[in-house]
Amino acid sequence: MDSRGSELAVGPAREDALPASAATAVKIVVVGGFGVGKTTLVGSVSEIRPLTTEETMTEVSVGVDDVRGVEQKDATTVAMDFGRISINEQLVLYLFGTPGQQRFWFLWTGLFEGALGAVVLVDTRRLEASFDVIGRLENGGVPFIVAVNVFPDAPTHPMAEVRAALDLPAAVPIVACDARSRASSRDTLLALMRYLYRLSTQSAAPVAASAATE
Amino acid sequence: MTPSPINDAPSAWEEGGPERLYVLTGGRGASGRRADIDLITLVVARAAARPEMQPEHASILRMCHWPLSMAEISAYLKLPFSVVAILVSDLLRDSLIEVRASVRMDGIGDPELLKAVMNGLQRL
Repeated sequence: MDSRGSELAVGPAREDALPASAATAVKIVVVGGFGVGKTTLVGSVSEIRPLTTEETMTEVSVGVDDVRGVEQKDATTVAMDFGRISINEQLVLYLFGTPGQQRFWFLWTGLFEGALGAVVLVDTRRLEASFDVIGRLENGGVPFIVAVNVFPDAPTHPMAEVRAALDLPAAVPIVACDARSRASSRDTLLALMRYLYRLSTQSAAPVAASAATE
Repeated sequence: MTPSPINDAPSAWEEGGPERLYVLTGGRGASGRRADIDLITLVVARAAARPEMQPEHASILRMCHWPLSMAEISAYLKLPFSVVAILVSDLLRDSLIEVRASVRMDGIGDPELLKAVMNGLQRL
């Protein structure tokens, strides 16, 4: 071991390493407001302790005073927790939980790009926090389901009421979820996967046609 | 190499501040980065770390003895994704690593792949 780089001898513990055969990775994004349980859900199903990645984003803001067009660049670091599930010897699924401030989610280039789909985790006490993200996912063409995280002290609502309050299209599944439970979090991901599978088999022909023209 | 004790912003240097990130990447921005590298690109080392390497390059080679995603490398190095993408691009250019491209979905997925993910989740 060389002394120079010893402080940087970091990386996964051996038991957290992927098999050498791991060849393909896919991702699912879990979105939701602050404190709704995104990291809890990721941690419930992840085979590794959730890790945090970050990105520095530059927001260009023009000062309110007219300083002859002087632009100020505000650099903001956004952190995102994620976990991992080895699907088989070749395929790995990554789960990303978005940060709390919604305006950053769509600034993070590539976060939703290429994702299988998204789970919108909602708290029935703060449904309004989900309106914006649902609209943006719809506009961005990212397929998603809604999962209502069941908090012990939150009033329970029939799913039909939550669906109506969120103005969800009939095709979008909505499920109840206990983010602390591994089984419940897994079932939530399975609900998303079944929905994605239905979408893929329904529209396989037009997609194949458009791909062939590229 | 060590920042002067009278440096007026030591925390910015130590905590991944802009000065340190600038030095790590040789001042390169997006121009030094391969466009096909994303958060879930898997990286595998093809060579051993050497003492004369930049420490961050050496760390990446050591931790990628087995496949590791860009997101995990970023987490373990405590560096922003875009900085790690430049460092990994350097290693790729020098053929010291290989990358395994992620599957990109653009809306609708491949039913076979989706089925495989479902089967894997059901075994959890």
